[in-house]
Amino acid sequence: MSVQSTLAQEESTAILNSRVIPNGSGAAAILSAGIGSFGVALFTILADKSVYLKNLFVFYKPTGPLSGVTTAAILLWLASWAALEGRWRKRTVPLARINIASFVLLGLSLLSTFPPLADLF
Amino acid sequence: MEITTRSLWTLIHGMGFGALYLLACSGAIVLLFLRFSTEARTIASPHRDRFLSSYLTAMAALAWLTVLTGTYIVYPWYRAAPPAGTAHLAAFPRALLLSNPATSQWHSIGMEWKEHVAWLVPITITMAAAIAIKYGRALRFYPQLRSALHVFIVTSLVAAGIAGFFGAMLDKNAPVEGGQTIYLVQGGKP
Repeated sequence: MSVQSTLAQEESTAILNSRVIPNGSGAAAILSAGIGSFGVALFTILADKSVYLKNLFVFYKPTGPLSGVTTAAILLWLASWAALEGRWRKRTVPLARINIASFVLLGLSLLSTFPPLADLF
Repeated sequence: MEITTRSLWTLIHGMGFGALYLLACSGAIVLLFLRFSTEARTIASPHRDRFLSSYLTAMAALAWLTVLTGTYIVYPWYRAAPPAGTAHLAAFPRALLLSNPATSQWHSIGMEWKEHVAWLVPITITMAAAIAIKYGRALRFYPQLRSALHVFIVTSLVAAGIAGFFGAMLDKNAPVEGGQTIYLVQGGKP
């Protein structure tokens, strides 16, 4: 079989796949990753501002509040992923807008975990 | 030549899992670009799709191992509070850094940022691996999905770089030491 015909066959398989798999699952994974990342920053700031929350986030004493902050963010990420996957799995969604929202959340997470900026809140 | 168990775990966390992740990041960026560039279509194969998925999955495993060993094995030794009246703080890195104005920022900025920003890495790379597994070859027809993968992988590289840089500097200023001593090579006469 020539290279061209192999490619043509792979192209048609991929096109078929792209029709079978809507972009919803990918969008759910992307947006939930943005939400989970933002959760890390949000819970960090909340634990820093409230003594009550700081103590509440101590899930494992040797690690302190970091254990609760990160576990809560991971749970938020997985829960939002499951919820969005259930909602969008069979749908084609406006991915450009979802990408932008996720990039904004990701950028905010990077910046908000930087202590001098986190202290501004 | 000897090493303590705490130093060994710090090495496994930083130089093992962490450094390997940073190296793998640049590979993933190049791999994604080459895999879906126009020229690469002439040599595309299902084997290459599986390789991309496996590569990103291995990176996700490395990211999780790095943050879990860091947070639950090394960090408790780092943040351990010294008993009242302790003069020699070498076994308590956090207290040692905070005891000197010249080094306190390594904790209050360096460690405070590192311990949180590092957790963005497993989230972002697990997402990338899941998408590569789910879409495989069909990713070629989703340029926006590929763009998102690129952005998230580059962000994970930045986050891992921040964590790695501060990890190295913290270890230079206040190394995590203690535990059992492991003798690698028995010493001879000087």
